[in-house]
Amino acid sequence: MFSILAAKPKSSARNKTGSWRSTKMPRLLKKECINCGLCKFVCPEGCISGSEKNQYSVDSEYCKGCGLCAYICPKKDIEMIENKPEKSNSSEEAEKDKGVGK
Amino acid sequence: MKKFIEGSYAMAEAAKLCRPGVIAAYPITPQTHIVENLSQFIADGELDAKSVNVESEHSAASCVLGAQAAGARSFTCSSSQGLILMSEVLFCIAGMRLPVMLVCANRALSAPINIWNDHQDSIAVRDAGWIQLYAENNQEAVDLIIASHKIAEDPKVMLPAMVCVDGFILTHGMEVVDMPDQKDVDNFLPAYDPPYKLDVDNPMSFGLLGTPDVYQETRYAIQKTLEDVLGMIPEVGKEFGDKFGRDSLRLVEEYKTTDAETILVAMGSVCGTIKDVVDREREKGNKVGLLKIVSYRPFPKEVVKSALKSAKHVGIIDKDISLGSDGALYSEIKSLLPSDQKVSGFIAGLGGRDIKLNSVENIIKMAREEENSCKFVDLNKDILWDKFKTI
Repeated sequence: MFSILAAKPKSSARNKTGSWRSTKMPRLLKKECINCGLCKFVCPEGCISGSEKNQYSVDSEYCKGCGLCAYICPKKDIEMIENKPEKSNSSEEAEKDKGVGK
Repeated sequence: MKKFIEGSYAMAEAAKLCRPGVIAAYPITPQTHIVENLSQFIADGELDAKSVNVESEHSAASCVLGAQAAGARSFTCSSSQGLILMSEVLFCIAGMRLPVMLVCANRALSAPINIWNDHQDSIAVRDAGWIQLYAENNQEAVDLIIASHKIAEDPKVMLPAMVCVDGFILTHGMEVVDMPDQKDVDNFLPAYDPPYKLDVDNPMSFGLLGTPDVYQETRYAIQKTLEDVLGMIPEVGKEFGDKFGRDSLRLVEEYKTTDAETILVAMGSVCGTIKDVVDREREKGNKVGLLKIVSYRPFPKEVVKSALKSAKHVGIIDKDISLGSDGALYSEIKSLLPSDQKVSGFIAGLGGRDIKLNSVENIIKMAREEENSCKFVDLNKDILWDKFKTI
């Protein structure tokens, strides 16, 4: 008998690890942004994207709420807010969320 | 062909007969001669395998893990501290369902440092998910190495196997061993053709994150598979027996147990000594028998239970101890038998202390008297002190 043993490339992205987030999450204020990109570089999860002033965004499906982006931002344009529970996933996504390789 | 050879040479030749693609091992007494002989076979062109020199046993185990995952039949061997250093990777190998073959030359664990035989090393890793088979003599060691490949590599099994041989007693002992022919082994054991492997054309990862949603199922699957292995051992053992004429691969060996009032239970080379004592006792009219455990993992509960059911006294000899509890074999067997059956556990032969004929005779005597769970045999009380002292 076997259970989950191996996975195809990119399958780990199916784990929506944002569900492990701490009590805080970042909110991008999008007022003072100078497009320095520091928030994107320090993010350990690689879940910040953007390449234009005030146009950055955070992928909450993977963000762990570590706060490094808010700490590094030279313009204090990111604040950490209380972590609000996500709206429940669609049933298809919830199925995918069950585990690696499933 | 029958040859008078050293145990380590016989085991190396058995490994060679299985045509491994990759061998990685780090030398440690008393396993050293096995690796030495395999390296010599490769250097002499007798074995077409890649031998990887590694800096530790942890690396040796990691190397065979990778090689097996890449689709090569892989072999390693170790002992004592080396096996314990491997232990992290041993769990990974089983968890990744890779049928690596390992020979453990059983040796005591430090401290104090001791290079001689007992079973503490392999018992310490018994929970890793490996098949563990114990050999009584070098013929059995050879046969178990060849036969267990067939079970481990079965596409329904895909679990690693460890053949445990008593360090020095077997590895350095000279015995006549009937070495099988290469063409018979090739016939018995086809080339390794795994149902999954690392492949650039079909990329996949092994040993990935198993979240709480999936981890428990991986353990259940190994447990169920090892239960299936209990059924396969007699089947493959029969196939091996038909081909090579020996029934070395079996769950247990029952030696004069049918009408026995006192049955001893043990694993490994000490069973040879016990059989001699059983014969002597039988000449005196005492109904004594031996139950030899060959397959310790998976543990054949039902077979053991039925072999011991009519014995008045059961004496279990462990060359290991779970300090603070009892011997491993004792705990396992005691839990199977009814509470009114007299079952005693004996700790003997630790760190290479000889288990002599009269040690076994004493064990039989004690097993018939009061019930003990963890009685040390042949203790020298002169070197047990209440206070710290140096020598």
